[in-house]
Amino acid sequence: MSGGEQGAARPQVPLLHDPRFRGILAQALTALVVISLIWAAVDNAATNMRARGIPTNFDFWDRTSGFDVNQTLIAYSAISTYGQAFWVGLLNTLLVAGIGIVFATLLGFLLGVMRLSANWAARSFAAIYVETLRNVPLLLQLLFWYNAILTPLPAPRASLGMPSVTLTWPDAPSFALALAAAGGAFFAARFARSRAEDDARELLASVGAALGWIVALVALLFGASVFIGAPGGGVLHWGGPAGVYLNNRGLLLPDPRFGPGFEWVMAALALGVALSLAFGIWARRRQALSGAQSPLALVSLALILGLPLLAFFAAGGPVTLEYPVLRGFNFQGGVRVLPEFVALLLGLSLYTAAFIAEEVRAGVQSVARGQTEAAHALGLRAAPTLRLVVLPQAMRVILPPLTSQYLNLTKNSSLAVFIGYPDLVQVFMGTVLNQTGAAVQVIAVTMAVYLTISLATSGLMALYARRTAWAER
Amino acid sequence: MAERTTPSFLRTEPSPVLPPPVFAGGAVKWVRENMLAGPGSALFTLVGLAFIVWATPGLVRHLILDAVWTSPDGVACRAPGAGACWSFIARKLEFFLYASYPRDMVWRVNLCLAMGAVLAVWLLWPGAARKGLGAALFFIVYPVAALVLLHGSEALGLPKAPTDLWGGIFLSMIVATVGIVFSLPGGVLLALGRRSRLPVVRFFATLFIEFVRGVPFITVLFMANTMLPLFVPASWSPDRLVRPLVGVSLFASAYMAEVVRAGLQAIPRGQTEGAMALGLSYWKMMRLIILPQALTVVIPGIVGIFIGLFKDTTLVAVVGIPDFLRTVETARLDPAWAGPTISTTGYLFAGAFYWVFCFGMSRYSLMMERRLAAGRKR
Amino acid sequence: MAAIAQEPAQESAHEAAAIEMIGVNKWYGQFHVLRDINLVVGQGERIVICGPSGSGKSTLIRCVNRLEEHQSGRIIVRGVELTNDLRKIDEIRRDVGMVFQNFNLFPHLSILENCTLAPIWVRKMPRREAEDLAMHYLARVKIPEQAHKYPGQLSGGQQQRVAIARALCMNPRIMLFDEPTSALDPEMVKEVLDTMVALARDGMTMLCVTHEMNFAKQVADRVIFMDRGEIVEANAPEPFFANPQHERTKLFLSQILG
Repeated sequence: MSGGEQGAARPQVPLLHDPRFRGILAQALTALVVISLIWAAVDNAATNMRARGIPTNFDFWDRTSGFDVNQTLIAYSAISTYGQAFWVGLLNTLLVAGIGIVFATLLGFLLGVMRLSANWAARSFAAIYVETLRNVPLLLQLLFWYNAILTPLPAPRASLGMPSVTLTWPDAPSFALALAAAGGAFFAARFARSRAEDDARELLASVGAALGWIVALVALLFGASVFIGAPGGGVLHWGGPAGVYLNNRGLLLPDPRFGPGFEWVMAALALGVALSLAFGIWARRRQALSGAQSPLALVSLALILGLPLLAFFAAGGPVTLEYPVLRGFNFQGGVRVLPEFVALLLGLSLYTAAFIAEEVRAGVQSVARGQTEAAHALGLRAAPTLRLVVLPQAMRVILPPLTSQYLNLTKNSSLAVFIGYPDLVQVFMGTVLNQTGAAVQVIAVTMAVYLTISLATSGLMALYARRTAWAER
Repeated sequence: MAERTTPSFLRTEPSPVLPPPVFAGGAVKWVRENMLAGPGSALFTLVGLAFIVWATPGLVRHLILDAVWTSPDGVACRAPGAGACWSFIARKLEFFLYASYPRDMVWRVNLCLAMGAVLAVWLLWPGAARKGLGAALFFIVYPVAALVLLHGSEALGLPKAPTDLWGGIFLSMIVATVGIVFSLPGGVLLALGRRSRLPVVRFFATLFIEFVRGVPFITVLFMANTMLPLFVPASWSPDRLVRPLVGVSLFASAYMAEVVRAGLQAIPRGQTEGAMALGLSYWKMMRLIILPQALTVVIPGIVGIFIGLFKDTTLVAVVGIPDFLRTVETARLDPAWAGPTISTTGYLFAGAFYWVFCFGMSRYSLMMERRLAAGRKR
Repeated sequence: MAAIAQEPAQESAHEAAAIEMIGVNKWYGQFHVLRDINLVVGQGERIVICGPSGSGKSTLIRCVNRLEEHQSGRIIVRGVELTNDLRKIDEIRRDVGMVFQNFNLFPHLSILENCTLAPIWVRKMPRREAEDLAMHYLARVKIPEQAHKYPGQLSGGQQQRVAIARALCMNPRIMLFDEPTSALDPEMVKEVLDTMVALARDGMTMLCVTHEMNFAKQVADRVIFMDRGEIVEANAPEPFFANPQHERTKLFLSQILG
């Protein structure tokens, strides 16, 4: 034990038993295996492609495609290039995914809240919807919508037309009578509820109130409809065709043509948005200073809808609708939405809504029961409790799975290929690949597009999640 | 002071336990809270009941009373006012099950399905004995046995049945089973790779998982179908059924990896530390301590993947594999049966088949989740 | 029941009573959780409710601000009877503060925002004023420096004191405490109890479910013992602890004190 230095020298470890060396060895081996696999694949591919005369470059991108596409958002025809066909497909994918996401979100949130409802009918409906749609393959649903519902629709000559509904003023006495009946029933219902003292009467009162509401509604509808067609008109008037038709060629809608003066309507809309933003700021400041609360939603609605409407009438109705008209065997004019688009949109939205509903339900249920109780104990009513306490916490839980549902919907839009909607996969990975034979390039580009969308969205999501995380130990 | 010792209140006789008032419990309370809680609630209930009353007779008539139950071809189904054409399903059932598989050999298919069912029940039955043996049979012995049985082997005296003839429900089952058999070990390896402390291993695992999860299943199938033959020497030329099966396995592995990773994360650090303190090596620790716990925790997630996989098997039709849904499509277009109700009937049957399977699995997963939660509470 | 006056608050029992419960019954399904509860709480009176778990203590005080609905009998809080009328429930909840066993702070809001939420949205108070008020009460519970942190960053004792401040910001006339120290680590119990004692000294009407018997001896005007859903014994603290009358009271006290 003479030399302390000697004792401090590191003992000799056999290399194979040194964890650091083992780690490096394992990594080197992994890299070696993966890289040689890739190298072998590339080498084989080069040999095979040369042998079969498959192109290995992107020269095809600028060649004339020679095929037509039946829905294009940018100028495209058979003399356009393969590159342009790619953009047509990509835009069609984004179109159906974008609209699908909006529909799926609205329906999904509605269903999610309905599943939590105390009302039996709402709850059961939402449960049946969710359990049915999410347990049946999306492809089956798409084929059902397309082959069993849309394709068997009648030819253009026998189109299903939607009747138009026009609003006219009823004659004063009948309207007053209906209003009085509705109002009377409404107050009777409220009175019945307020008299509830014990359980028996409470039950009777609930039934009474419900009946009162129904009477009120029926009275209103009755007052509205009883004078339909009579001189002086009713409230609702069922008139001629509204220019909306459904047939085996798709959905026909009136094409809005914007005449001179429409810029005023747009200006009024911008003004309405600006004013309601300003009102929001003002209302918040007023609440901060005086505590007074303002009907923000109501005022904003009036500004954003009301101002453009006023401008519309003031400018003399500068929008004319070009109605589709039946000429011979087909319709002319209007906007035609492909049946493939309708089927894909229906399928994607309805299917994804079922999943979103489940995420919403799970999110709201994840907020502890004590949170609601504490808010109630502080005197907050149900609506502000939901808005100020439950939803902000639920949204944090809902948002990540919601984003992945949006990505699923976007990826699932590739099922378009089964019903012939010209999306990226159908146009590019289908037709372009078949015509050019450039399999590797086409598939790589297609995958890169979806991968970019996915990674960009997840990246944004992660950024947002980090910004909204509240501090925790 | 004396009166202060007298209690302000002292119960002298216990108050009786009473039954709740009639209106505070039972059916009446349920109706009040669930159907008539307020005007909006009452209205909703009314609309719901009205819908049921309106829809039920039509449905019953279409599905049962007016339905065609027996007919050799589509003539009876084409009659005006005829309901669902169940005879179409009955006549085509064999085609739906086996597609073009030689009829004299279908006992081989049935045997495979039966073996698979027995093994699946064994593995999924909570608390079944010797699950290790069951797993070994399901993941190693069964695939080989099924392949030999289905494909045939001259040595065993079983004539060959080329994969071009395979199709229908049994093919859908094959695709789903192959997916689960390969994705479970693949997913475990990928998940361990993604949580590895070695950066190169972590990088490759993460790259693969994120890549596959970022693209649609259809593009993976396309890639497997057209690019796989290019990536291997020309002499191999993989079978047309093998190609999509490779795609399915890769796709399912990436999703499985994420589920397994969640399970690994749920295991407290103390488990790893305890195992290391006992001197277990990395692989021993994973095999004996971590993975058994992690995989138990994620059984519901694994079942969820299987449900998704089962629904996704319908997509293999895009590369020309006649799965169950594709056989329904083929049968639907048979001119002998053409009629206005054939498509709906066909889709209804297919929908019911997938629904029963997927809904059953999701109920099972829910049950396992409850059992796990109850186990954790103890 | 016989509520015998010992405190000045109870002389004009009906006019000045903070809370009156008359023949209150409640069931969970078939289970009779509150059995014929009769209780009058005077203005400024401090009442401690104790009893074994499952005896209905929490249910009793949760009925006072209608977190639970009673099924028969009457509950009158500051002259307002609790019925299904939403406005009356609002009115009572404005005047009755509550502190929970698990704090129930809102994790997505800062401490200050937790305290100003109800004054702003229920009392319609200007923000500045609400913040001043919140800082005042946070100072009173001795944690003004934590105002901009989030609940997750505070210790249990601090969280519970924030919960008390949050309730006080509504200027309640009555405070309900539902086992406020049961979820705390032992070293944090004192800081919460000190806050409650200070509150009691200021004359707040308090209804506390707690097993802190020293707290009961220190501040309670009356101690109520509940068992199996009924009030078994009620008395001033000294005689209650020194000389319990009912067998069940004796048993319970021997278990928690002995």
